[in-house]
Amino acid sequence: MTAINVVVNGKSYTREVEPRLLLVDFIRDTLSLTGTNIACDTSQCGACTIHLDGQAVKSCTVLAVQADGSTLTTIEGLANGKLHPMQQAFWDQHGLQCGYCTPGMIMAAAKLVEENPEITEAEIRHGLEGNLCRCTGYQNIVAAVAQAAKA
Amino acid sequence: MTQALVGTSVKRKEDPRFIQGRGKYVANLQLPEMAYIAVKRSPYAHARIEAIDTRAAEAMAGVLAIFTGQELIDSGVGKLPCGWVVPGCKVPTRWPVVPVGDKVRHVGDSVAVVVATSPYIAEDAVEAIEVSYTPFAAVTDAKRAMQPGQPVLHDDIPNNLSYTWALGDRPTIEQALSASAHVIKLDLTNQRLIPNAMEPRAAVAQWNAATEEMTLWTTSQNPHPIRLLLSAFTLGIPEHKLRVISPDVGGGFGSKIFHYPEEIITPWVARKINRPVKWVASRSESFVTDSHGRDHVTHAELGLDAEGHITALLVETWADHGAYLSTFAPLIPTAFYHCLLSGLYKIPLIYGITYATLTNTVPVDAYRGAGRPEAAYVVERLIDLAARKLDLDPIAFRRHNFIQPEEFPYQTPVAMLYDSGDYNRLFDKAQELSSYSELVAAREAARAQGRLVGIGVSGCIEASGPAPSKVAGALGSAVGFWESSIVRVHPSGKVSVLTGSHTHGQGHETAFAQIVADQLGVPMEDIEVIHGDTAAIPFGMGTYGSRSMAVGGSAIVKSAEKVRKKMLKIAAHQLEAAEEDLTYDFNGGGVYVKGSPSQKKSFFDLSLGAYTAHNLPDGLEPGLEEQAFYDPANFTFPNSAHICQVEIDRATGEVSVQKYYAVDDVGNVINPMLVDGQIVGGIAQGIGQALWEYGAYDESGQLLSGTFMDYAMPRADVMPAIHTARTVTPSPHNPLGVKGAGEMGTIAATVAVAHAVMDALAPLGIRHLDMPFTAEKVWSAIQEAA
Repeated sequence: MTAINVVVNGKSYTREVEPRLLLVDFIRDTLSLTGTNIACDTSQCGACTIHLDGQAVKSCTVLAVQADGSTLTTIEGLANGKLHPMQQAFWDQHGLQCGYCTPGMIMAAAKLVEENPEITEAEIRHGLEGNLCRCTGYQNIVAAVAQAAKA
Repeated sequence: MTQALVGTSVKRKEDPRFIQGRGKYVANLQLPEMAYIAVKRSPYAHARIEAIDTRAAEAMAGVLAIFTGQELIDSGVGKLPCGWVVPGCKVPTRWPVVPVGDKVRHVGDSVAVVVATSPYIAEDAVEAIEVSYTPFAAVTDAKRAMQPGQPVLHDDIPNNLSYTWALGDRPTIEQALSASAHVIKLDLTNQRLIPNAMEPRAAVAQWNAATEEMTLWTTSQNPHPIRLLLSAFTLGIPEHKLRVISPDVGGGFGSKIFHYPEEIITPWVARKINRPVKWVASRSESFVTDSHGRDHVTHAELGLDAEGHITALLVETWADHGAYLSTFAPLIPTAFYHCLLSGLYKIPLIYGITYATLTNTVPVDAYRGAGRPEAAYVVERLIDLAARKLDLDPIAFRRHNFIQPEEFPYQTPVAMLYDSGDYNRLFDKAQELSSYSELVAAREAARAQGRLVGIGVSGCIEASGPAPSKVAGALGSAVGFWESSIVRVHPSGKVSVLTGSHTHGQGHETAFAQIVADQLGVPMEDIEVIHGDTAAIPFGMGTYGSRSMAVGGSAIVKSAEKVRKKMLKIAAHQLEAAEEDLTYDFNGGGVYVKGSPSQKKSFFDLSLGAYTAHNLPDGLEPGLEEQAFYDPANFTFPNSAHICQVEIDRATGEVSVQKYYAVDDVGNVINPMLVDGQIVGGIAQGIGQALWEYGAYDESGQLLSGTFMDYAMPRADVMPAIHTARTVTPSPHNPLGVKGAGEMGTIAATVAVAHAVMDALAPLGIRHLDMPFTAEKVWSAIQEAA
């Protein structure tokens, strides 16, 4: 077991973890932040996307020990008193149905727009090709990201 | 009646929790002292288990117990039943965990169960279990499975043939075909698909030793039928001691209808070790354990007379059911398939037969559309080829054979009685929306430049909301197809709506609340829709077959009507007026004297009054809660006209969908935003089938497409913008006038894209390819044609 310290959604945690523990399992099981979902085991779906030191990462592809000393934001920490514009846009545009891919999708999209505020539809589609959604056909997700980019 | 939230795009009540990471999915549950299950699975498609050595695994720190199949059987666990048994059907034996001495029959079959203090340890222990197998040859092809000399999966099912099912008189149809001016013949496959809801299946169970009650949280589209199957067939805990909860479920698409081994194993273990336990599928497990869809091999013939009218249709299908019969498997390639073979058309004579075979693959059952996409694909492929043969525009040829508006209700020769429709109007709208003639002109211009551009048209029918229960029973169903509801008005005037339908993305919490808001004249925020808990809801059939609004919504209307009636009685007594002199206030709730709105009892007054019971008419029971069970008279028959344009890269064979137009008639619409969401999402799955998705097995029974890297689902960058519109032909037989909206997009899109690809390749002389139209397949076809 190895001790790690991370700041998640503004709160500091020190925990003993197995070296092999995936960051997503650390977030979900150790910290009980279950908003981050798991939908595959090959880093293909993006459901577990979070922000790690300012970058959108698939948290199934990072070990918890690699995150030692890092600052993380999960879907639970995105709203800041009121909904983040990306959350609001997903709601406004019906960008979700079953909601399972949504946290990862919102986290990926929020970073996308932050990095490229003038984002085009083609760039949105390309930027989200690492996040799978089985319900929406992406149309309203793309519309939501476009709305948030304008917000 | 006004207020009229129905028909408007109310934003979803359920979204705030999902967008903030507060979804209540099964895998999120954490209970004190929770233990974790992992299942040892067969790497072989067909093998006998000779021995299982669990000693090394049992010795590992953190391993609590390991169970094998025989232990479950010895404790009384039953075989997984089939819930739809057609005449003559041989149902193979399926144990939740295959016992030693018996055979595993597909890769992923359950062999042993590990229980440990963490999921990581459970996985380690699974690896440490040693299983000795005697492997056998496998069969993975539906048609070959019933030929002599093939490996036999179940000793008591010769030739791997579970049943044959036929509808119509073959000699009559064959005679009509031979007398036809033209006969279009086609051999096609409708490939195996893997549903892949984003949330993998999961189960959590908690045993209460004091009350001997079990609670099971499971990712199900229909918790009540699952409880019934667990009680009566598999787990053996009686229904009144078993609570099944399906909280937020992350998509289903059919795959979460069925009764699966893990939802037997998990509560069985919880009781055995007297601790809460959790099982969560990895995606790799989902691929080899969730029931798959489609997988038909078909020969079909369509006859035409000299004037281009359809004379007869013959369809022969080999339907792969996989290694066992999944819960509703025999329904799909029978009543849900052959009974839809009339499509939108007047086809006087139809004969269909299905050979249902067993192979060393994951069981096949309902997947979005379930039988109806397979039927639509057969009919529409033939229609398209017929138009081509007669050198007619595909829409003109369809119109030539449509059932006409004045012919409804229309009795097809394949049992279905279509409720309503106006297919000409549907296609008028689709042609207008797509600027069809301009599309055609643009295609001709592109062709003149040597580009491979194609236009695809589909005209599809769906039978949604299976009904009525009596007919379902006669066709082999073990369950009914009604739905229940309770509208509970609390003393404070707030409203709980309990439904036996289940939402796993559809947005029922919003759409059902819209209905009740209109029915009772109360604000949306005063209404909560409750679903998915057998302890809260009397009984319910769940959600599948695009049934929830037509059946579940109608049940809610019935309950709300009863509530209004009771409120009228109370108000009449309190206002000292005759009921016929009163009117319900749909714009604010409550009851007032006709022509004198100030003489009113408010919704709050009447709600509270019903519970204080201080001033109720003699003989009227206190309380304000009404229940209804609604058993529909018929299916509803949504229909669609989709038109799309594709271009194929001649150098690579890659197909891109450039334009997509969808006009759907789903009857009246409760929430246009939600209906469009269903249609567009469905179209994505349909495009996925046409272009990329394929549950491919090799001859040894290994699944070749067992990850998201190999099983190619649509991603954001390959989806076109989809333009939707509607025509509205209400269903005449349910109180909302609605038809199903959940599956139409999927049914129609597969066909439309397939036709566009075939149209693009037609100048090269290519008549038919089987899906999916991957770049490699299309490129090869182009090379061969050159």
